[in-house]
Amino acid sequence: MKSVPGTLPKLDLISCPKSREAGTTYSRTGARLTRSVGRASLLIYWLVSLILVQQGAFAAEKTDSALVPSIFAPESAPAHDISHLAGFVLVITAAIFIVVAGLLVYAVVRFRRRANDDEIEPAQVYGSGPVETAWTTVPFLIVVVLTLTTARVIQQVQDARKPAAALDVQVIGHQWWWEIRYPKLGIVTANELHVPVSQGRERLPTFLDLRSADVVHSFWVPRLAGKTDLIPNKVNSMWIEPERTGLFLGQCAKYCGTQHAKMLLRVYVDTPEDFDRWVKEQKQLAENDPAAAAGRLVFERTACINCHAVNGTVGNGRFGPDLTHLMSRATLGSGALTNSLEGLRAWIKSPEQFKPGVLMPAMNLNDADLDKLAAYLATLK
Amino acid sequence: MNGTLTTGDIGGATALGSIAATEKTVFDHIHSWLVTVDHKRLGLMYIIYALVFFVVAGLEATLIRIQLAAPNNHFLSPQVFNQLFTMHGTTMVFLVGMPMIFGFANYLVPLMIGARDLAFPRLNAFGFWLSVFGGLLLYFSFIGGEGMAGAGSAPDVGWFAYAPLTGKAFSKGHSTDYWILGIMIGGFGSISTAANIITTIFCMRCRGMTLAKMPLLAWLNLIMCGMVLIVVSPLTAAQIMLLLDRFVGSHFFDTQAGGSATLWMHFFWIFGHPEVYVLMIPAFAFASEIIPVFSRKAIFGYPVMVGATLAIGFVSLSVWAHHMFTIGMTSTGNTFFAISTMMVGIPTGIKIFNWLGTMWGGKLRFDTPMLFSTAFLFQFLIAGLTGIMLAAAPFNWQLNDSYFVIAHFHFVLVGALIFMIFAAVYYWFPKATGRLLSERLGKWHFWLFLIGFHMTFDTMHIPGILGMPRRIYTYEAGRGWGIWNLVCTIGVAFQIIGTLIFVINILLSLRKGRPAGNDPWDAWTLEWSTSSPPPEYNFAEVPTVKSRRPLWDIKHPSDPDWKYE
Repeated sequence: MKSVPGTLPKLDLISCPKSREAGTTYSRTGARLTRSVGRASLLIYWLVSLILVQQGAFAAEKTDSALVPSIFAPESAPAHDISHLAGFVLVITAAIFIVVAGLLVYAVVRFRRRANDDEIEPAQVYGSGPVETAWTTVPFLIVVVLTLTTARVIQQVQDARKPAAALDVQVIGHQWWWEIRYPKLGIVTANELHVPVSQGRERLPTFLDLRSADVVHSFWVPRLAGKTDLIPNKVNSMWIEPERTGLFLGQCAKYCGTQHAKMLLRVYVDTPEDFDRWVKEQKQLAENDPAAAAGRLVFERTACINCHAVNGTVGNGRFGPDLTHLMSRATLGSGALTNSLEGLRAWIKSPEQFKPGVLMPAMNLNDADLDKLAAYLATLK
Repeated sequence: MNGTLTTGDIGGATALGSIAATEKTVFDHIHSWLVTVDHKRLGLMYIIYALVFFVVAGLEATLIRIQLAAPNNHFLSPQVFNQLFTMHGTTMVFLVGMPMIFGFANYLVPLMIGARDLAFPRLNAFGFWLSVFGGLLLYFSFIGGEGMAGAGSAPDVGWFAYAPLTGKAFSKGHSTDYWILGIMIGGFGSISTAANIITTIFCMRCRGMTLAKMPLLAWLNLIMCGMVLIVVSPLTAAQIMLLLDRFVGSHFFDTQAGGSATLWMHFFWIFGHPEVYVLMIPAFAFASEIIPVFSRKAIFGYPVMVGATLAIGFVSLSVWAHHMFTIGMTSTGNTFFAISTMMVGIPTGIKIFNWLGTMWGGKLRFDTPMLFSTAFLFQFLIAGLTGIMLAAAPFNWQLNDSYFVIAHFHFVLVGALIFMIFAAVYYWFPKATGRLLSERLGKWHFWLFLIGFHMTFDTMHIPGILGMPRRIYTYEAGRGWGIWNLVCTIGVAFQIIGTLIFVINILLSLRKGRPAGNDPWDAWTLEWSTSSPPPEYNFAEVPTVKSRRPLWDIKHPSDPDWKYE
């Protein structure tokens, strides 16, 4: 029943009671439909949720909660400050949610058209000055409170004074690994950051100097601090002050290319004694085990040394991670696989298999050389 | 007729009808659509174009969600995953959001202000075909992106394409060039259409329709188009600089030669953040038309709604760096952008309250458009509140670039924008086609999509809080993220079925839908005073109005609106 172009609406407009009636019966069937369809879909929803909750219980058993990088399980000063602010903001927003969503639900239930309603249009209200003023003023006051609190925490975290005892670390982002340097200690390592715990009267925070060798990356270990980007041609800084020893997980948070997902970070918070021992070990020259001399020869005579450094050999490349104390680290390829003799062998044979898109090429060594090289690298304690 | 709306027949109507009835081949029909300058046909083509890309982007999202359903999954390679999230984001913003809102603005603005077409019909067609060309060029990258370097295919730099990842050194082949050119060409289309709509609203309103008597939809689209003129230009400028970097060796963003990575961020986000409001303000416009009609009440606080939207438009131009709280700005900079961002919450809150005030004391009819609008209010409230959390800069240092942000902006762009687009389709479909969409299928669509949406996006906040960054193609087991990601993925199935029902509803109702008549919802704005679908010239006689609700005045001659406004 296509209407003829140009027919004007006079008729419909004049007979508007008719059109209103049609609208009403329509919306009554509509209400019934809404209810039945709504019920059916809610049932499906509950069933699915039930299955999922049970699965969730299983999954929870396998997860070590100490390794879940939750922002609400802070273990370091800036992360604490942030989670306090977050709690405050959550309480305020939850209160707003309860009030406004409550009003919405009330309006939907209270003012819905009922089957026995008359056909008279409701009272037309066009607005109200006092009401508008009220619901402008209240949000304004809430915003003032929130901004003041936010400004204080920004200052508290960002402009914190650096104590003389603070440890300095340089973190340099690469596609897709972390170079970590301790300039005052003369240590170069990768992907795993060791810092001392800050306990007792003397504060011992670690200040990180963040740079990038290529594209933008972001340093994020949620339980220790918020994230800060590593940007080429710009030096950023952030600090952490861990209160508990242990391993804290994080990873690159800014999309940085193909293997952004495999740019994992491990931060080990050590007791001061453990940290000193680690520093002493890292400062030593590389192990020179005569039993692995053949492997060392392979390392020094192939393209390995273009990118990798081993302190005490001719290898001093800087495009890839420093391998001087390779075996002191838990993972290879910035978290792509576990660091072990077998892991090393498989990785050198075909990095692409574990980290597609990785910039390290497969070295195409014969099996004998591969064995020797892996055996040598495995001695780099 | 009370003199509020003067309408009358014209002699030529029957003659025109018989011309339309003469025999035409399929090619004649296709040809007439290709060369049309009619704002309604162009509007419908924009909307269909956007719906097609909505399905495409939805499929891309589905593949992404399958990959992330379990830890250490190998369904997609990292390269393909990165292309999919880049194309999903780019498509949803530039090939779904923008054409969709311009489609509705095209179709509705002239009808609602009593005009016969846009001010520049040919420019309008030009804008539409530019958008189409931009979209096709972007998707051609799947075939042509390899270029002579033999690297890459579709773009894989993320929808905001941060430098220097887009430089020649890190993005070989031509994938990034397709991204730049596709978006840039679409941007020219957006600018021309925005100028067109602004001119139309300022110059072509019918007699009696002062700016203060204009429907809110026209007001909000006016503000949206003003913003488009201001904010698309910085993006275009930045894209030209990037092209120069890539082709003639300039160094704007080439960090290896001293260029600046943060420069791109500023350029992009001074476009990118207002862009969110460019997309959202038309959604507000739909809500401001639909909620009053289904509440049977006039919009509450009309002047305040206009003022609040202007305020949102203005303040949103000074909040862009809240996307950059983690780049190491000074504490003063961070504080400024935290404050300006939270300020946007005030006019936004006012709008929500005014919609609630409109519903308050009404007689709410829950037909499908109103169901979607109510869900919009609920979801937009949550989106606003998570927005406040993200505005608190230190909280943002944790949440930025995590799945929490993804959940937040999907609440905005799906929970609010897409829900309101569905509402608008159900509401205006009868006007455009002369037939109503099926209410039964509409209700299935609504409930399934609502459940799927909440399963996916409520849950998605949690992995973000547990430290899961965005844009990772896989993740380790044992981080507590797996179960939440699985729920997210299951929710997608509901949304797919819902969308499928929506498409089926459209196809079925086009042929068999209940005839709508001129005014199926008993509404009050001018588009409902003409036939469904409206004739090419919209109104045989240009109407005259006395109030914001001309059809209310006609229906209630004893109690017209103009007595109170």
